[in-house]
Amino acid sequence: MDEGLKSELQKQGVFATTLGEIYNWGRKNSVWPLSFGLACCAIEMIAASMARWDLARFGAEVFRPSPRQADLMIVAGTVTKKMAPQVVRLYNQMPEPKYVIAMGACAISGGPFKQGYNVLKGIDRYLPVDVHIPGCPPRPEALLHAFVTLQQKIAEQQLTGPNRPRHLRADAPSEFPVPAYGEHDLVPPSNPKVWQPAKMVR
Amino acid sequence: METLEQIKARVEAAIPGAKLKVLTNDSPCAQHSLLLDPAHAVDVARFLRDDPKLRLDYVSNMAGVDWPDAVIKTKIKKRVEKDGQDVDVEETIESLRSGYLEAVYHVYSMALKHGPVILRLRTEDRLDRISVPSLTPVWRGAEFQEREAYDLYGIQFTGHPDLRRILMWDEFTDYPMRKDYVEPDDYEYEPTPHDDVVEKARRHYAPEAKP
Repeated sequence: MDEGLKSELQKQGVFATTLGEIYNWGRKNSVWPLSFGLACCAIEMIAASMARWDLARFGAEVFRPSPRQADLMIVAGTVTKKMAPQVVRLYNQMPEPKYVIAMGACAISGGPFKQGYNVLKGIDRYLPVDVHIPGCPPRPEALLHAFVTLQQKIAEQQLTGPNRPRHLRADAPSEFPVPAYGEHDLVPPSNPKVWQPAKMVR
Repeated sequence: METLEQIKARVEAAIPGAKLKVLTNDSPCAQHSLLLDPAHAVDVARFLRDDPKLRLDYVSNMAGVDWPDAVIKTKIKKRVEKDGQDVDVEETIESLRSGYLEAVYHVYSMALKHGPVILRLRTEDRLDRISVPSLTPVWRGAEFQEREAYDLYGIQFTGHPDLRRILMWDEFTDYPMRKDYVEPDDYEYEPTPHDDVVEKARRHYAPEAKP
């Protein structure tokens, strides 16, 4: 429906909407994060949830201690290779629809530890990330911005057609393989279905 | 607190057969240390802890060090006769030092408020004779740090109550803090590689460039 016509109708007291919009509106305003932090970014995440920045304004007031009740995984901090299987396992335990925010330089790329031997070079090697936040650590405002970005993403989703979200497609996976501990590295070092290294053009 | 020489003399008098060596540190910090012999290390440690003048009851820090094989250059001044005159000549002597692993303990006394006394233990080499006695039976606080040194350097602490990896996973087989550790080749594109990272990039792209 045309946005202009819709707002005209609203001025006349007629509220027009679609089922998809109501569905997405409900979905985006009750995104409950998993209470789960990995490093210093978690401190900023906690600050964002407290009174000064108040994440509750956006419908994310309850951090759920169980993945079964959570919709959003905020990967806040350095994902070490030892921790990565547990992070993927937690994600697999969350019910659909579920979203991932990778918060901070470490979670999106390995950050200052990228050249080390023990830190994953970004959680997007194993999980489909919806919003990346750069920063070391990002300010709580940046987390709020990421959260609003995620809400916009949810609001724009079409519930039918080829671009419908993953939880409405029977063929799309909702669980991702948990990497195993290898003798030298994680096996596999990344999930090729989720992430491919950037091709170098020379 | 007593000097290291005094401690060494008292330890050697109290424990028959114990051989200690004072290692001097020429840098400005001048933190000299005591090298223990592995056979008597636990007895020496117990003496240092229980001796009423020392009472070194607290291991603040335990660290591993990897010393690879190295060529040691020592300069010696020699007086040589040349053209009927005595001339000072500097001569460099190169000697091969075979590598070893080292465990370094910084021990303090909480009771007498002094320290640190730095203790060192050395393995015989870096490959198979890599065990040193654990001092965890004497100082319980060394337990996790010895596990860490075992995890990252591969030092085998004999007599440790629970020698498992502590930071890396159990299936891991390498010792990442050793100088000859080879990382898995997981280089990813960097816009501005520098120093070691340039080397990593070169190694990573080498197989592609060859054909």
